[in-house]
Amino acid sequence: MVNKRIDEPTGTETVGHEWDGIEELDTPMPRWWLWTLYLTIVWGIVYVILYPAWPMVDKATAGVLGWSSRGELAREMSVADQARASVREQLARTPIERLPEDSKLFAQAVAGGRSAYQVYCSQCHGSGGAGSQTLGYPNLNDDDWLWGGDLKAIHYTITNGIRAPGIKETRTSAMPPFETMFEPAQFEALLSHVMALSGKGSANSAGAQIFRDNCATCHGPSGEGMRLVGGPRLNDAIWLYGGTRDDIRAQIQKPRMGHMPQWGTRLDPVTIKMLSAYVWSLGGGENFVEAAADPAVKVDGEP
Amino acid sequence: MESREPTSGSSVPPRRGDDDRDWSLATQEARAGEQQPVSGAVAEPDATTVRRKPIETPRQHPPVKLFEKRARVHNQRIDGPFRRFKWGMMAVTLAIYYATPWVRWDRGPYAPDQAVLVDLANQRFYMFGIEIWPHEFYYVAGLLIMAALGLFLVTSAVGRAWCGYACPQTVWTDVFQHVDRFVDGDRNARARLDAAPWGARKLMRRTFKYAIYLVISFWTGGAWIMYFADAPTLVGDFWTGRAAPAAYITVAILTLTTFTLGGFMREQVCIYMCPWPRIQTAMMDEKSLLVTYKDWRGEPRGSVKKAERNPGKVGDCIDCLQCVAVCPTGIDIRQGPQVGCITCALCIDACDRVMASVGRPRGLIDYATLEDCAREARGEPTRSPWKALLRPRTIAYFLIWSSIGLAMLFALGVRNHIGLSVSPDRNPPFILLSDGSVRNSYTLKLRNMESRPRAMRIEIEGLPRAIMWSDTSGRDTASRAVVKAVPPDAVLAARIYVVVPAGAMTGEFRFTVTSQDEQRETASADARFDAPGDSE
Repeated sequence: MVNKRIDEPTGTETVGHEWDGIEELDTPMPRWWLWTLYLTIVWGIVYVILYPAWPMVDKATAGVLGWSSRGELAREMSVADQARASVREQLARTPIERLPEDSKLFAQAVAGGRSAYQVYCSQCHGSGGAGSQTLGYPNLNDDDWLWGGDLKAIHYTITNGIRAPGIKETRTSAMPPFETMFEPAQFEALLSHVMALSGKGSANSAGAQIFRDNCATCHGPSGEGMRLVGGPRLNDAIWLYGGTRDDIRAQIQKPRMGHMPQWGTRLDPVTIKMLSAYVWSLGGGENFVEAAADPAVKVDGEP
Repeated sequence: MESREPTSGSSVPPRRGDDDRDWSLATQEARAGEQQPVSGAVAEPDATTVRRKPIETPRQHPPVKLFEKRARVHNQRIDGPFRRFKWGMMAVTLAIYYATPWVRWDRGPYAPDQAVLVDLANQRFYMFGIEIWPHEFYYVAGLLIMAALGLFLVTSAVGRAWCGYACPQTVWTDVFQHVDRFVDGDRNARARLDAAPWGARKLMRRTFKYAIYLVISFWTGGAWIMYFADAPTLVGDFWTGRAAPAAYITVAILTLTTFTLGGFMREQVCIYMCPWPRIQTAMMDEKSLLVTYKDWRGEPRGSVKKAERNPGKVGDCIDCLQCVAVCPTGIDIRQGPQVGCITCALCIDACDRVMASVGRPRGLIDYATLEDCAREARGEPTRSPWKALLRPRTIAYFLIWSSIGLAMLFALGVRNHIGLSVSPDRNPPFILLSDGSVRNSYTLKLRNMESRPRAMRIEIEGLPRAIMWSDTSGRDTASRAVVKAVPPDAVLAARIYVVVPAGAMTGEFRFTVTSQDEQRETASADARFDAPGDSE
């Protein structure tokens, strides 16, 4: 029931509806309000002309300004790349062993390495660098290094890989399978000796003899390992393929040996430097003083 | 519900063809043209259940008027106590707005020396001796709550005083209206110029006036950005084109809005755009002070001559329209309290002047509560307007408002200027080292809220045999404590490696950090040391 009337006190027309005695005044809008409506229409038309607007079959209308969100992203990315360029340039100039001298540059290298690590390394070594004992991927956080844990050694390892096929400089070592070489009793004696090296179990002379004859060449007379030939350290708490008696027996009988691809041909030198800095920074990185004193570490020149 | 006749028991009539419906049975003596809408609240109980025949009342056809043409307000110059108060308020508020960013406040070499600075880039808010970090945003929330309650308090005590004197829209409108008066003359001259055809003279005057508008607007926008950066530096950067694009864009937008809202929209903002008048309208009652026309005294209106001819029959209002002429929003206060009245009280000044000149007592238009008006109309004595301030509502608002303020001041006074948070590495949760010991890694965030560098000593509480070192030292320096130099007014993230020898006790422990200065502030955070086998 529409019943418009003039409200007496205000002199304003009502909208003509009534609900339980409540009526509504139809106060006229100010004229400028109408102009704002027209203004928004004009704005809409101008926007449609300037910017992408109407969806067509395969893409939207482009707009005369040529703006697109993809283009803006590309522009922002290139700005970010340019901002990084100076850091990368600086990293390319700085030899890896002198990187820690510039703590700010080093922090940037670690930050860059963290991202690169998640892309290229985390598949095997884990996103936190914890590796996997069952699969034989080394933990990068600890202080046990098969091939050396200073920046240069890590850099070399990442560049050339481990047992990477077809790479001359790759780090290579091989442990022969001893499955058929000992009697079971000899095995047990050797196992006891190997476990005794890290303080688990009692030493015995038979095992020590077998160890001296067969193992000490690579693992060192007291199982301290030999990084030159990649002989893992046996007298510590860390076991790549497990530290129980069964694990060690299996490893002696049918040794498993890991592989790591060489990244020198896949990544640019700066990224490899950043990765080296990141792995070194995980908490187990060794200092150069030790590295220099260690003749086992052969370091190549700048990539 | 008692049983009723089926036809009247339900509000929905049974579905039948309308044609065969017997209206004479359903309606009760309804006569065409007599029925008016009846409210359910006041009608007889039957009114809503008894079926009424839908009768069209005779239609009125008011003129269709969807949009209203704006009437320009050319307020006349006036002088009086309230106008002088308004001048004073305008000077104070504008001075606060323009001068605040230039006030200096020495905070030492490591912090800006601007007294009030919203440093968005560095996420700091400085206000004289107080510095707020983003995690303390609740202080800003508290300030906003205080601002809202303060407005409630002011509204319940003195009505729309904010609208009348302190609102930026009011102040800038006032400024622009003075510019109008300065360039074009007073009310009548401005109205004449408005009506005059466009010619060289009008064009020149308008150009001149808009140029002044633009200068004021630009200055307004320019002053705003001074709150967000070091003002002297920013002024230099701004004029040499080195300021951030956001600065130029902000100034441009604020220049435009000031030019539009202050120069042209003016009272339209108060009447149509601003929600605050409507909220205040809901908060006012018969005990609120407002600018009121005392109609029992003024009505019926009539000139002095008419009053002389009919003694006792004509009220005090001589219908001179001075109150309308001086009103900055162009309303007629004699129509009663209304949303367009910003209670600037200029009409009081105008009316008092007129009353004095015709020899009648002042206060035909006056600050009064509606309650007092009714009392005065009945001839009873009225209370002083100041008494209107002291009533339970205003006192309650004041107590809440001031207790929030005091609570915030107290919290600011006792807050810690040091902070520590610990996040343990969860991947991997622990590292076995070659010597059989176990290492856990933590990222500690050391917060230094003082504007000077501080040495902070991190210690371990618990974990008897644990030692630690940080990313910048090395394991050879490991001990029970690590000292870190934290930059001024910053958070330092430090990697901390904690090692526990094989077989030692692990589990819950606590990091504490102590500032190595005379304050010796401390903070602590709980942490947990995980070791192999813990999870089993």
